Amino acid sequence: MPTRTSSDVIVIGAGVVGAACAYYAARAGLTVTVVDRGPVAGGTTGAGEGNLLLSDKEPGPELSLALASAELWRELAHLLPPQIEYEPKGGLVVASGEAGMAALRGFAAGQESAGVRVKEVPADRLHDLEPHLAPGLAGGYHYPQDAQVMPALAAAHLLRAGGDRIRLRLGEEVTELLTGEGGEVRGVRTASGTRLHAPYVVNAAGTWGGRIARLAGAELPVLPRRGFVLVTEPLPRVVRHKVYAADYVADVASDSAALQTSAVVEGTAAGPVLIGASRERVGFDRTLSTEALRRLAAQAVALFPVLGTVRALRTYAGFRPYLPDHLPAIGPDPRVPGLLHACGHEGAGVGLAPVTGLIVAVCVTGGQLPLDIAPFAPGRFAAKG
Amino acid sequence: MARTPADLVGTRTGPSFEITFGDRPVPARPGQSVAAALWGAGILAWRTTRSGGRPRGAFCGIGQCYDCLATINGQPNRRACLVPAHPGDVVVTQEGHGHASLG
Repeated sequence: MPTRTSSDVIVIGAGVVGAACAYYAARAGLTVTVVDRGPVAGGTTGAGEGNLLLSDKEPGPELSLALASAELWRELAHLLPPQIEYEPKGGLVVASGEAGMAALRGFAAGQESAGVRVKEVPADRLHDLEPHLAPGLAGGYHYPQDAQVMPALAAAHLLRAGGDRIRLRLGEEVTELLTGEGGEVRGVRTASGTRLHAPYVVNAAGTWGGRIARLAGAELPVLPRRGFVLVTEPLPRVVRHKVYAADYVADVASDSAALQTSAVVEGTAAGPVLIGASRERVGFDRTLSTEALRRLAAQAVALFPVLGTVRALRTYAGFRPYLPDHLPAIGPDPRVPGLLHACGHEGAGVGLAPVTGLIVAVCVTGGQLPLDIAPFAPGRFAAKG
Repeated sequence: MARTPADLVGTRTGPSFEITFGDRPVPARPGQSVAAALWGAGILAWRTTRSGGRPRGAFCGIGQCYDCLATINGQPNRRACLVPAHPGDVVVTQEGHGHASLG
């Protein structure tokens, strides 16, 4: 059990990534203190939809990470209580025209050779999967491995599953990184002046990860990428999969700061349908954007005309932690011994949380990494030369 | 004689009219919410919950808690505490999400 002020590892951030880091570290026998200035899942985790997606990722390092993580989520679904609402519902990506369908076919072929299960769905079979889908679509692809969890509960239950090896300190902001004579990490100091000691500190502060890196004198250019979600009144299962238009993939990969929207529609276990996804880089501005919501609603109704007859009850916004190359920072910081990063997962943090937690735990305890983590090296943004 | 809030503030409302709850006529006054009219007739529940089928009616009465949802004139999920009653309004008990026809 960790003592009041010392443990083997300190994790900064009680979002789903921090929770997964704590969980896997605890599973490896380590004691962990999780510190967050807010509550569990109080940042981007609580503002997400809980998507565990392979369908939107092109072959490359992020897809490898997502494949490994999807496997771990399947295992966690058995180990954690049903309240996390793990639902292996599958994704359906649809194309409105032949050109879009051809592009989707090429994209899916690449994914298939990288190990993703894909299945082309001709136009006349789309309604077998989604009876309320608009008529006249050109076709689509079914991704049976796409899944969903309720992200805030998933984070909370990961922390709880760590048992008494995990100690939570909520409502405490980290204001300083404590280092030894050789510059190595010794712990953190919080706003109340409390010193917490550990030989390893994990930066799982998500969109605010750049700030924590700066406390250590390291640079990690995490930027907020704002997104809105529109929530309908509770409905029966009118949307069965996670459904989105093929344009979404291009939006995710884009570097533009301007507003982009492409409807991503899905039902939830509790009944409301969630409609995302908008992306824009406007800093930490929480102002409601009626333009973003108007576009999301129109695009969702274009996919599912039935949604035009129901009401949206509320909306929420969050800030995805965006790194310039769209890859997270995972692993040891080369400049500060004992500091590890686990942040910058953009819109994929819930999906990628377990594999991130496992990598962090292996980095601390030693052992076989689940995959090559060089593409996620936290030092990759440092000025060359 | 019992004093009513309307007497206390000396308000003069127009003549009462009727709405229906199920097959039962319910009197309402101009400006009264649907929830107030139902309460006035001794009706306390007009919805059943989605998972347990338990009865629900007005709780906060000010549009915040979404407990008083009713199907009014065919539209489900109306907050009865906020919707003003109109002559001839048809209120029925909402079962669950009220959108069973969409399944």
